[in-house]
Amino acid sequence: MKTDTIAAIATGLTEAGIGIIRISGQDAIEIADRVFCTKSGKRILMSVESHTLHYGYIVDDKEECPDKTNDLNNIENKSVIDEVMVAVMKAPHSYTAEDTVEINCHGGVLVMRKVLEVVLSHGARLAEPGEFTKRAFLNGRIDLSKAEAVMDVIYSRNEWALASSMSQLKGSLSEIVRKLRAEILYEIAFIESALDDPEHISLDGYQKRILEKLEEILSQIKKLIESADQGKMLKDGINTVIVGRPNVGKSSLMNLMVGEDRSIVTEIAGTTRDVLQESILLHGISLNLKDTAGIRSTEDFVERIGVEKALHLAQDADLLLYMVDSSSLLDENDDKILHFIQPEKTLILFHKSDLAPLVKEEDIYNRLGNRKVKIIRTSVVDHTGMEELENAIEEMFFHGKIKINNEITITNIRHKDLLERAYEDLQMVKESALNGMPEDFYSIDLMSAYEELGEIIGEEVGEDLVNEIFSRFCIGK
Amino acid sequence: MMPEIKNVVDVCVVGAGHAGCEAALACARLGLETVIFTVSIDSIALMPCNPNVGGTSKGHLVRELDALGGEMGKNIDKTFIQSKMLNLSKGPAVHSLRAQADKADYSREMRRVLENQDHLTIKQAEVCELLWEEKEIAQDSFTNHRKKKIKGLKTFTGAIYECKAVVLCTGTYLRARCLCGESITYTGPNGLQAANHLTDSLKNMGIEMRRFKTGTPARMDKRSIDFSKMEEQRGDERIVPFSFSTNPESIQKDQVSCWLTYTNEKTHEIIRANLDRSPIYAGIIEGTGPRYCPSIEDKVVKFADKERHQVFIEPEGLHTNEMYVGGMSSSLPEDVQAAMYRTVPGLEHCKIVRNAYAIEYDCIDARQLKLSLEFREIEGLFSGGQFNGSSGYEEAAGQGFVAGVNAAMYIQGREPFIMDRSESYIGVLIDDLVTKENREPYRMMTSRAEYRLLLRQDNADLRLRKKGYEIGLVTEEQYRATLLKEEQIQGEILRLKNTKVGANKEIQEFMEKNGSTFLKTAASLAELICRPELNYELLKEIDPDRKPLSADVIEQVEIEIKYEGYIVRQQRQVDQYRKMEKKKIPEDLNYDDVPSLRIEARQKLKMYRPASVGQASRISGVSPADISVLLIYLEHERRNRERGGMIVGK
Repeated sequence: MKTDTIAAIATGLTEAGIGIIRISGQDAIEIADRVFCTKSGKRILMSVESHTLHYGYIVDDKEECPDKTNDLNNIENKSVIDEVMVAVMKAPHSYTAEDTVEINCHGGVLVMRKVLEVVLSHGARLAEPGEFTKRAFLNGRIDLSKAEAVMDVIYSRNEWALASSMSQLKGSLSEIVRKLRAEILYEIAFIESALDDPEHISLDGYQKRILEKLEEILSQIKKLIESADQGKMLKDGINTVIVGRPNVGKSSLMNLMVGEDRSIVTEIAGTTRDVLQESILLHGISLNLKDTAGIRSTEDFVERIGVEKALHLAQDADLLLYMVDSSSLLDENDDKILHFIQPEKTLILFHKSDLAPLVKEEDIYNRLGNRKVKIIRTSVVDHTGMEELENAIEEMFFHGKIKINNEITITNIRHKDLLERAYEDLQMVKESALNGMPEDFYSIDLMSAYEELGEIIGEEVGEDLVNEIFSRFCIGK
Repeated sequence: MMPEIKNVVDVCVVGAGHAGCEAALACARLGLETVIFTVSIDSIALMPCNPNVGGTSKGHLVRELDALGGEMGKNIDKTFIQSKMLNLSKGPAVHSLRAQADKADYSREMRRVLENQDHLTIKQAEVCELLWEEKEIAQDSFTNHRKKKIKGLKTFTGAIYECKAVVLCTGTYLRARCLCGESITYTGPNGLQAANHLTDSLKNMGIEMRRFKTGTPARMDKRSIDFSKMEEQRGDERIVPFSFSTNPESIQKDQVSCWLTYTNEKTHEIIRANLDRSPIYAGIIEGTGPRYCPSIEDKVVKFADKERHQVFIEPEGLHTNEMYVGGMSSSLPEDVQAAMYRTVPGLEHCKIVRNAYAIEYDCIDARQLKLSLEFREIEGLFSGGQFNGSSGYEEAAGQGFVAGVNAAMYIQGREPFIMDRSESYIGVLIDDLVTKENREPYRMMTSRAEYRLLLRQDNADLRLRKKGYEIGLVTEEQYRATLLKEEQIQGEILRLKNTKVGANKEIQEFMEKNGSTFLKTAASLAELICRPELNYELLKEIDPDRKPLSADVIEQVEIEIKYEGYIVRQQRQVDQYRKMEKKKIPEDLNYDDVPSLRIEARQKLKMYRPASVGQASRISGVSPADISVLLIYLEHERRNRERGGMIVGK
């Protein structure tokens, strides 16, 4: 029953104004008390009220606090590490539902490390990644979707993913899942009570009613599932592939976007034989850039592998940047590319726009059967079009929808999978209703949907959930 | 000191109602010397309330009981006077058989079976004390756990019966009192003698008692009822027997009718005006009544917006003029009852033979029991029926059977007989009773069975015959019949799936004739059966190779094919459910070692000691978060053990 006491730096390990060291567990207050004293040198933490803030010093001292004088000069005493504010939160009213102390110290990396070291040397153990959250979850403070959101926050790679996880942490996903579950449960309960008490509860006209209700629930779940793709892009970055015929300047564009010489740029067509990959942050969105071998018929075996891989990558890409050398006429290689690109996920760059243009926009539109694609003029020489490109990408993927704090975005594969299963189950119910099956059949699939949604927030405990918990929270290591 | 008569037997069954009869028969048939005690031999298998067996979901219980080797199904097949398959407009999962019984015949016939059963003795006596000893069980090297063990019982007249197991089936008789308005009698149902002494003995053993109530409506003289103002309710033309051993041909016979009429605003007015004279509303009754079998005053209060409630007039038997007034049980005073009943169309001039009354009795919170229906803290003591907090003849019989069988298993040193929620309604019933908090008499309902599409009344034999055979209560011959049936069903399904018909002229004509769409390509006969407008019988004319099969085989073939998708999906849910049931919790698990359990969950788990994580998850007060914690702890322990870890469970 006894849990040990853990501690870690709760803020990032970067230079900042304030840093927080969090201690949680049965001995949290006692340990904090051993390293903290007030300006007047008193040890007070064992007797303070919960949810109070105290000003004083962290002392690295096995002996005593500095003199019990008000003399600020005593800070010079070697044992004082930092001047801090300490927050005491007693169980169960803390993040972990355990006794918790947060030491707000100065944000320097060295200072934070020192404070942590002192805390550890007085009996706390260094927390594993996500361990505070694990405890919060196990102590019933937060449900699983929130715990997962915290893990997502910890591992999020950019600010949008962070914002989305924060919104889930606030419980917006739990909230909507709970609401959907309540609605499904109402229908199950209605059917069941009608079966058991037909005298007082009638199923007349119920088929029509449930079909309407199902449409409503299905569309909500669908929206969540769709958000998952956006969510994945937010979290993992947009899978971007640059294509174009050889020597059109793909590598130099990539270099420009990445900001360092990553691809080997030469004047000889076909220099890039492999796929180069780089991640960049663009207006807060991660872009996973992949530079590919230029597309052309080639005899060179090594290069041919590269070309095939490029075609393959283009298929799976979220975003295709198709580069056209606007200073020379389109050739059969461009025809080949225009044949396989999907216009809805493509941006076309008229590169080398600093040179005299030979390709017109109509040339492209005609070849694409008049399907619209955005064309941007770019040049590596004077950085033309870079900002327009960035705006276009943002518009394309998040046009207005990127307000994560208002919309719920699914960023977790497990959640998406469960939502998809629930969606299928509800489709089955719809089918049953449309086929005129007796109502008692509805509840089979309604129940499945109900349970799957419950697994998202941990209200239903399945085998997978436990595995998930084990894999995410490093239990049993 | 009074000289004592001392008897030595194997099992004592206390009470000879529907639970007691099944318990005693099961034990005796398994070869154990058994005594069944009743306060009145004339009340064996008495039906003190409704004159019927079965009904929605209760019909399932009876068929399951029969498949396992119980007696109720056979007994009602011998004594029914009307039979009806209910809910035929709904899916096969909720079809349910109900039969009107001739009450006197039912009771007499069961008594005859008991009287002629080898190893079984019937004894008219009030049991007033259980005899037991305490024994030490070493739990670990530090602490000893004291557990009680049953030794026998004592009757009111002083006779002692030494035995290895006792099955309590005391029904509504313990410290019973009947209420009809202001008048209270201290009797069991129907004016029978109450059992006033046993409760104290049970309390002395540490058993916690509670008090429930139930009620029954008035009985009327048939000659005073005007049936022309009611709707006639006839039995089915083709009667389906309850028992899988009954030949359907042998029970096709003339049936009597029931009658349907309704209450009205006038009825409700009278009730509302006299609520203060109802012992329940006046606070005289302490017991909790069944929500799902409410008295008419409860219905009027709870469904205030309903203008009328159904009233079924049912015959109590062929040799009596008494009619049962279903749907109008009451504990209002006699004068209010008379006025109230007479507002109902057809009952304007009714003569009441027996008044409606409510009855209060002692029973237990069944969470003191294990899934085998043995008391957790008392070895050899089992219980079933209304004593466990249920209501209904069928619920009682199902539990009585399981309690009896497990008493026998205990004595014979065999594994307890336990069915889970995915195997039978009886399994659901017992799991609910011993796991969940029940604040009122528990009634079986369709909605309580999560996997009801698999737990149909029509396939109870396919589900449970094998278990009955393994227990030893189903004969070799009966079991072989079930195996043959199963073989025929699977063979025919396979044939229908493999037999293709082409999109030829003959087939298209057949489709058109039966209002079905034309075939585009060849299809199997099974695919055609899946179409809502077609069925096995219709397909006869395009299926010349068909061999004659019995009606119950055809029924299974048709259900399995038509609802295959649903059955497969429900089976998947069962697989999921079983995963959690299979995660057994060690009986000696120290919940104080499990970190992070909430206090309430820790208390409940310590108190009720669930057998599996699945069962733990159904205990009220144990949240999903607690279950995660428990799972993680068990998994952790498992991993430690696997690693041959240093941590040895305390």
